Amino acid sequence: MIRVLLPQQLRRLAGITGEVDVEVAAPVTLAAVWDALEAAYPVLGGTFRDRASGKRRAFVRFYACETDLSHEPPETLLPAAVAQGAEPLLVVGAMAGG
Amino acid sequence: MAGVRVLVGTAKGAFVLEADGTRRDWTVTGPLFGGWEIYHVTGSPADPDRLWASQTSGWFGQQVQRSDDGGRSWKPVGNDFRYAGSTGTHQWYDGTPRPWSFTRVWHLEPSATDPDTLLAGAEDAALFRSVDGGGTWEELGGLRTHRSGPAWQPGAGGLCVHTVLVDPTDPDRLHVAISAAGVFRSADGGVSWEPANRGLFQPGIPDEDAEVGACVHRIARHPSRPDTLFMQKHWDVMRSDDAGGSWHEVSGDLPSDFGFPIAVHAHEPETVYVVPITSDAEHYPPEGRLRVYRSRSGGNEWEPLTRGLPQSDCYVNVLRDAMAVDGLDPCGLYLGTTGGQVYASADGGDSWAAAVRDLPRVLSVEVQTLP
Repeated sequence: MIRVLLPQQLRRLAGITGEVDVEVAAPVTLAAVWDALEAAYPVLGGTFRDRASGKRRAFVRFYACETDLSHEPPETLLPAAVAQGAEPLLVVGAMAGG
Repeated sequence: MAGVRVLVGTAKGAFVLEADGTRRDWTVTGPLFGGWEIYHVTGSPADPDRLWASQTSGWFGQQVQRSDDGGRSWKPVGNDFRYAGSTGTHQWYDGTPRPWSFTRVWHLEPSATDPDTLLAGAEDAALFRSVDGGGTWEELGGLRTHRSGPAWQPGAGGLCVHTVLVDPTDPDRLHVAISAAGVFRSADGGVSWEPANRGLFQPGIPDEDAEVGACVHRIARHPSRPDTLFMQKHWDVMRSDDAGGSWHEVSGDLPSDFGFPIAVHAHEPETVYVVPITSDAEHYPPEGRLRVYRSRSGGNEWEPLTRGLPQSDCYVNVLRDAMAVDGLDPCGLYLGTTGGQVYASADGGDSWAAAVRDLPRVLSVEVQTLP
């Protein structure tokens, strides 16, 4: 089970309190977690990656185990601690604006 | 007793204002969708309990929210706004080609007769339609793929379809306005489109007869006269009496003919309202006095309406979708400001009072007249 912590705006949109757990079969990649999130919560479609291009939205960041994964390709394997459920994948709204 | 429900979209959420027919005492509900930009909230003419909201975010993209109970509860519906076919390019600010890319929905236009059908005007400029209550969206691609499309350039706010008018006598006759491509009209339900910008002179465009490029800010019409259109443009208030075939200026004696919104009285087709601001650089009222101007002659002769509006030190703006009229008699007017006030008039604009103050920047105001 993969633990994911979404930003407040997306938790509220999806009706989620706290972390969310999604089932992801190995290999546990960024894209696999994205797919699982959108399957479990269809309302999240288009919120962290563009529906048409599949690319990460510019102001959404992904962190895990104190590492910024935002610029890694979608097929990037997540750290073992995330794949094992010991650490969450953090989805973060980038600091932007004044 | 009849009442009104005012639907307010702001930069940080939506608000619902309700009052009885006197329109004096208001209850305020909100913020709904707090923290998100709500470009537009509107109701279905066919079912007053069916409401729609365009919820958008630079971070998290576009959502469309629907209420089936007059705004007490909401649920997100479809948000897959995908351009039909190959996307091609439009012009970017610097004149270079830029691929079309969906950003947000500026305006929702529900069907007058079917609660499940509505149009959505989008940025980058495109028109979408849903016929299943917002579950799925289909682009009416003939607009974006018009032969002039590669020459369209965005206005300062983006390349957006911000105005969508459906002819009340023939739902296949559509008008849209695009910043900064101008007006387009369709006679076949949005399959094919033609520019409708003749007579719109735009400072900065050397060709006075340019087919596209006018920076149209808003169009309005009275339902009893579908061929008469009023326009607030980036400079100039304009009028057409042939459904956009040609336009002529009716700015007349306005203190400034720059502004964003324009509205038509519910019961008087020749009574028109605008909110002049100083200039394209100074988006606030002349002399710091917020004045709605009313013409009872279809333009040219305008009178300031000031009672109850701030007449000193007022430097707010009223955005293009932030003025609305109700269907009561006397006709009510509503406007929302970039300073977060929503002003209401229950007497056709003669006097005003704040229905609510200190909201976030108001992006849109619509009103439903309830039985």
